[in-house]
Amino acid sequence: MSNVFILVDLQGDAVSKTTAELATAGARMGDVTAIVVAAPGKSGAIVSALTGPISSVISIESEDLATHGVPAYADLISQIVTEKKPAALLIASHAFGKEVAARVAIATDSGIITDAVDVAADGTATQLVFGGSTTVHSKISHGVSIMTIRPNTIEANTAAATPTVENATKSVSDVAKKATITSSKPFVKGGRPELTEANIVVSGGRGTNGDFAAVEGLADALGAAVGASRAATDAGWYPHTHQVGQTGKTVSPQLYVACGISGAIQHRAGMQTSKTIVVVNKDGEAPIFDIADFGVIGDLFAVLPKATEGVIARKS
Amino acid sequence: MKIAVCVKQVPDSWAEKKMINGTLDREGVDAVLNDLDEYAVEEALRIAEAHGGNEEGSANSVTIISMGPERATEAIRKALSMGANDAILISDSALAGADAITTSAVLAKVIETGGFDLVLCGTESTDARMSVVPAMISARLGWAQLTFAGSVVVDPGASTVAITRVTDAGVDSMGASFPAVLSVIEKINEPRYPSFKGIMASKKKTIDVRDCAAIGVSVQGAWSLVADSAPRPPRAAGIKVTDSGDGGKELVDFLAGKKLI
Repeated sequence: MSNVFILVDLQGDAVSKTTAELATAGARMGDVTAIVVAAPGKSGAIVSALTGPISSVISIESEDLATHGVPAYADLISQIVTEKKPAALLIASHAFGKEVAARVAIATDSGIITDAVDVAADGTATQLVFGGSTTVHSKISHGVSIMTIRPNTIEANTAAATPTVENATKSVSDVAKKATITSSKPFVKGGRPELTEANIVVSGGRGTNGDFAAVEGLADALGAAVGASRAATDAGWYPHTHQVGQTGKTVSPQLYVACGISGAIQHRAGMQTSKTIVVVNKDGEAPIFDIADFGVIGDLFAVLPKATEGVIARKS
Repeated sequence: MKIAVCVKQVPDSWAEKKMINGTLDREGVDAVLNDLDEYAVEEALRIAEAHGGNEEGSANSVTIISMGPERATEAIRKALSMGANDAILISDSALAGADAITTSAVLAKVIETGGFDLVLCGTESTDARMSVVPAMISARLGWAQLTFAGSVVVDPGASTVAITRVTDAGVDSMGASFPAVLSVIEKINEPRYPSFKGIMASKKKTIDVRDCAAIGVSVQGAWSLVADSAPRPPRAAGIKVTDSGDGGKELVDFLAGKKLI
């Protein structure tokens, strides 16, 4: 059986939900080795928090990660990949994961596929391209199959992992230290679920006029993450990290509720693979209605509070 | 300072995109300058303008670099009309259907021989959306990677550049000595519209078109091969109700019916 590497996905020092999804995808193709790359003293807790079908762990600690970022991570992973020659390397698809994958692909002379939503046993990846309008199946033909997989697209097997653990000692090459991080401010995670991992997302757009209280109210009743259109983040009404769409995040939750969002193609590109789409918008002609499973033509400030009440009533 | 900006001509965001033989059909659609690259062009011009401008005879220049069909000169012309000095287009039929691995090899080769201090890119192209080429160029050249910049400060005297990196994970302050590869996010600036004067001037600017032999790159086939592609069935529009006081309740009933709550 071939050996498949996954890069353990972290949020701060915590193992993200995506890691078990990567392991599940990897286990279809072979025996999964999870690569943990962490600051000194941090890897032990990460390894014990791993779940999913993971056979072994290779753990590398380095003090250079915090000061040199992506190139340092990629350099260490490339060294391990070159040494162990796995058939594939699976990484979470976000800005950091895609950049690491890009650099490892160059360092190891390998092909790369990004934003896969599914992976088959033979390494064929499924991607939804052009804003989700086209399904593409493709496969890497050279080197290690380096693929980034979108969070929340693969149903994770979260069985307890009892892997064997190898601690590898590697040092970051000088060429990966050309840029230096002088300070780091991680975004403070609120009480709500992470946008790309959430089962339900409630988003607000121009129609909120900057008042997200009704959107957040419904999100909290549903246990949902809050998203925003580019119009809302450009106006400074909601942080850029919550932007859904072409230059923001791509989400595919079970339920997406778009409130006061007209549905420009750039927004739809980030959400139209959601399983169910519900829309609330004053303008009945808004293009977002074309992709809605259920649409309410109405004022979100009137509709959302009633919906929130209704959800809470049903849950109690 | 010599600044290069990598740009791509892409199908218009609104155009219906199709796959033909495993690659994007680029012939049958309106093509434009990737709008995320406009922020990189704008930032390069602002960096030059903050340090004496990029007029002929000044210490700074902004060169547009692109890989694409001959037709990509249209998108390049837009970047020139914004104020860039000149351009290099690598155009070769062998590059049709190139993947990011090849694209980064071609761009890195041109950059390497150009004596540039800084290379600016957009964060992604709106067609392929991989967001990997800037990191690949940095890896190939062994230059500093300063990507997802929300602000850029350059000190030409010290030959250093500092950015704030803005991603999902947080905000980092980071810096490096020249040469460096940067990508800029779309919140960094408001790209200028080309002026009439800029448009007229751009017609006289040089676009140096080279093929793979001229830059010394031999082209390999793509390392990621498309087996098949199919348009997904369009989402059918569902139920639409007009709120007359109980729209919120109807919404909840729909969710309950779908077992979503």
